[in-house]
Amino acid sequence: MDITWYLVLSAFIFAIGVAGVITRRNPLVVLLCLELMLNAGNLALVAFSRMHGGEAGQVFALIVMVIAACEVVIGLGIIVAMYRNKLPIDIDEMSQLRG
Amino acid sequence: MWFEQVLFFIAGIGALAGALGVVLLQNPFYSVLSLVGHLLGLAVLFLLLHAEFIAAAQVVVYAGAVMVLYLFVVAYIGGTDDPLRPESGGVALFGPIFALAVAVELCIAFISSGLQSLDTRGADVGAGFGSPGQIGELLLTNFLVPFEAASFLLLVAAVGAVVLARRRRGLEEI
Amino acid sequence: MSATSYGWLVLAFPLAGTLVIALGWRVLPGRLPGWIGTAAIFLAFLSAIGALFDLLDQPEEKRQLVDSAWTYAATSDLHVDLAILVDPLSLFMCLVVSGVSFLIHLYSVAYMSGDRGYPRYFAYLNFFVFSMLLLVLAANFVILIVGWAFVGAASYLLISYWYRRTTAVAAGIKAFVINVIGDVGLVIATFLILDKVGSVDFLPVFDQASDSFGRNDGTLVAACLLLLVGAFAKSAQLPLHTWLPDAMEGPTPVSALIHAATMVTAGVYLIARMHPLFELAPTAADVGAIVGCATLLFAGTVALVQTDLKRVIAYSTISQIGYMVMGVSFAAYGAGLFHLMTHAFFKALLFMGAGSIIGAMAGVQDMDRMGGFRRAMPFTFLTFAVGALALAGFPLTAGFFSKDEIIAFGLHRGGLYAVLAVLGYIGAFLTAFYSFRMVFRVFFGDPVPEALELERGHVAHGEPMNPMTGEPEDTDVGFPGPEHHVAERAWPMKAAMGPLALLAIVGGYLAVPGLTDVIEKFLEPTFQDSRFHDTAPTNGSEVLGLVAGGIISVLGIAGAWWIYRRRPGTTARLVERFPRAHRFLGNKWYFDELYDSLFVRPVTGAASFSRRVIEHNFVQGTIVGGATGIVRVGTSFARAIQTGYLRAYALLLLLGAAGLTLYFLITSS
Repeated sequence: MDITWYLVLSAFIFAIGVAGVITRRNPLVVLLCLELMLNAGNLALVAFSRMHGGEAGQVFALIVMVIAACEVVIGLGIIVAMYRNKLPIDIDEMSQLRG
Repeated sequence: MWFEQVLFFIAGIGALAGALGVVLLQNPFYSVLSLVGHLLGLAVLFLLLHAEFIAAAQVVVYAGAVMVLYLFVVAYIGGTDDPLRPESGGVALFGPIFALAVAVELCIAFISSGLQSLDTRGADVGAGFGSPGQIGELLLTNFLVPFEAASFLLLVAAVGAVVLARRRRGLEEI
Repeated sequence: MSATSYGWLVLAFPLAGTLVIALGWRVLPGRLPGWIGTAAIFLAFLSAIGALFDLLDQPEEKRQLVDSAWTYAATSDLHVDLAILVDPLSLFMCLVVSGVSFLIHLYSVAYMSGDRGYPRYFAYLNFFVFSMLLLVLAANFVILIVGWAFVGAASYLLISYWYRRTTAVAAGIKAFVINVIGDVGLVIATFLILDKVGSVDFLPVFDQASDSFGRNDGTLVAACLLLLVGAFAKSAQLPLHTWLPDAMEGPTPVSALIHAATMVTAGVYLIARMHPLFELAPTAADVGAIVGCATLLFAGTVALVQTDLKRVIAYSTISQIGYMVMGVSFAAYGAGLFHLMTHAFFKALLFMGAGSIIGAMAGVQDMDRMGGFRRAMPFTFLTFAVGALALAGFPLTAGFFSKDEIIAFGLHRGGLYAVLAVLGYIGAFLTAFYSFRMVFRVFFGDPVPEALELERGHVAHGEPMNPMTGEPEDTDVGFPGPEHHVAERAWPMKAAMGPLALLAIVGGYLAVPGLTDVIEKFLEPTFQDSRFHDTAPTNGSEVLGLVAGGIISVLGIAGAWWIYRRRPGTTARLVERFPRAHRFLGNKWYFDELYDSLFVRPVTGAASFSRRVIEHNFVQGTIVGGATGIVRVGTSFARAIQTGYLRAYALLLLLGAAGLTLYFLITSS
């Protein structure tokens, strides 16, 4: 299969993630959609690594996975804290930054 | 060759379906399960790209450990149906359209980029390409600094998660 | 040593005294600062005498010595040195200033010893003497202005010496502001002269003045009138006199030194020093003569009705300086400076006597509450009476000779000057009258309780309070001390008043018409270029003038005796009969009120108008409000973006990324 196919696939997965981040209000699902976007990026990285025949892209994919893990940990921590403080699990409720 | 093509389409459609499931399913519990399917599909695609170690890490660490973490949280806060107000029309309409525009834009960017080798199956690579040994060697030589930085980041995130999730002090003091 | 070296020493001693006292006030015990200050001035006086002998050794035409310490500025058109000019005029002033200052320092050693700010007082006083000597020794306009301003500053410091007394601080500010008006006049005059003549040094300016300026040249008249503004402000002449009566808020020795004997005569000195310019601008000199005459009459009438002892003497000072200004404007330089000297003697003496009386009255200055001090204070009575006789121009006292010499010169020159001189006789009558009004009211009559107490051997003690407003005070630093001393009980005060009383009598014999002319002769090298050098009244007319002056003086004294001793109720009847005139004089011709409505009110009105209209509408409303309005409008857009919704931020981020990608796509293809 040509590399283009992989890249187009990654573009679509990324777009789906974008749509989810914008439309969903459950922070848990937003986190999941962020995972989708990161994975789309990973797929593109690995595809380019294959295209070049070098493994640097794969290493970065690995590091992206690490970052994704960090993000998950913090995001879930926030969600748990929200729950424990009996806040509604809705990112639109957390709007204290309004100017 | 056809085997590879069949496998690509099966895995690609699976990954896309999983992704759509994450966004469209109302119950977060099902969203998480859908993401697991998506990740497995991606792992297959990684294998097709000769990224064996990444594929393995994807399955074991991502689809296994991280997703279990998600499931725990969903179970903890009650994985009920989305208990939220319905979306207002503007965002519900605008989101997908904007996402489609992004996808089209990215596709145009890839295709019109003029990279010659995009239309090939990639460079010729040796047998050990993407193996744990190769990746490990790179991590400890060329990419030692990003590797250490990533590990430090993990440590920070772990501490942060502990602080956030402590029982006595919650969000209100942060 | 040469005369100029002595001149530098004259300056150095008071400056050293200032520095020693100011820097060492913590460690100097008791009355030591006072003695240091006194010694410094005495040494300055001795140096001045040394310079005098040296100068007298020189031939007459070489008695104008200039010595420069260093150069301040030397550019193409301007050369300014730190230079002193030692000539008979400046030396004469040095002798008068340092001599009288020495005696007043001596007096202050005892008089101020109850005060908490004792070292500060002497530091200021020494600084004043230094400034005054710098003023009279200056060899160019720049140093003159420096000394001029220093003197104003020292005067301000000493008037506000009791700095916790609100009226004293207000009086100090008033004096300083009016003095600055004079400073500005002097500075502008200097600019005009520098512009025309091209030099700021006195002697070159005087030499070239007749070449650079025609007679009554417009620029020169303007410069001389501005010099007169400076002289009038310093010498408290109309219309800049209002600060001097208020300056009596300072300690009494300060009034004696600065506001009677020395500083206020600086204007007279200035006119005498600038005589080559004034003679080229007779219009300005006429203005000086007319203003001097008007001032002496005005101040004499006000002194008739004032009841504050020090203010009476203050108005008397204004009046006497009017004579001096008139004299030097007549070109009667010798006579004017002679009167300056005798006036310094007897006016310092009068203030010292007043200080002694105020000490006996425990700070009260109101003559209505005084009386009968004759037996309680014999020494003060004697010296005060001598001072009053000299002030009144009683025959054979110092004021008799000096004042009548001015008037005789005016009569001799005729025309306008004769009219002014005749008016001067009226002023002499007023002077004699108010002088003995003081004497009769303070020393004669029934003794007041304070006088009786003093006769029994105690000095009266009163609650410390402001004599002007009656506000209660304490006796800590910044207020007058618990007691001031009376001359009968403090030998330094006696030692200061005795010589002055002697000088007030014999000082006049330096210039008896037809017999002696020591002053004229000594000052001749300075004034020999005067056009009126040879113009002098004949001895016969001078003697005639003296006789007339003596008769007028005796008449004035007799009038005072008649009203205050013979018919004690006369004043009350007069006040009843002419209430309006009495109020007019009691309010000092309403000068303060006039200035208040002419200057103070318009300025405060304009300020409050700016506060209300310009500040409020324009600054606050337009500039500040406009700027905040622009910022507010701008930020309202920024705030609209800050919705607080996480998803909106994500959308913006993605829009930005998509936009960037689109941009690169478009530009790369």
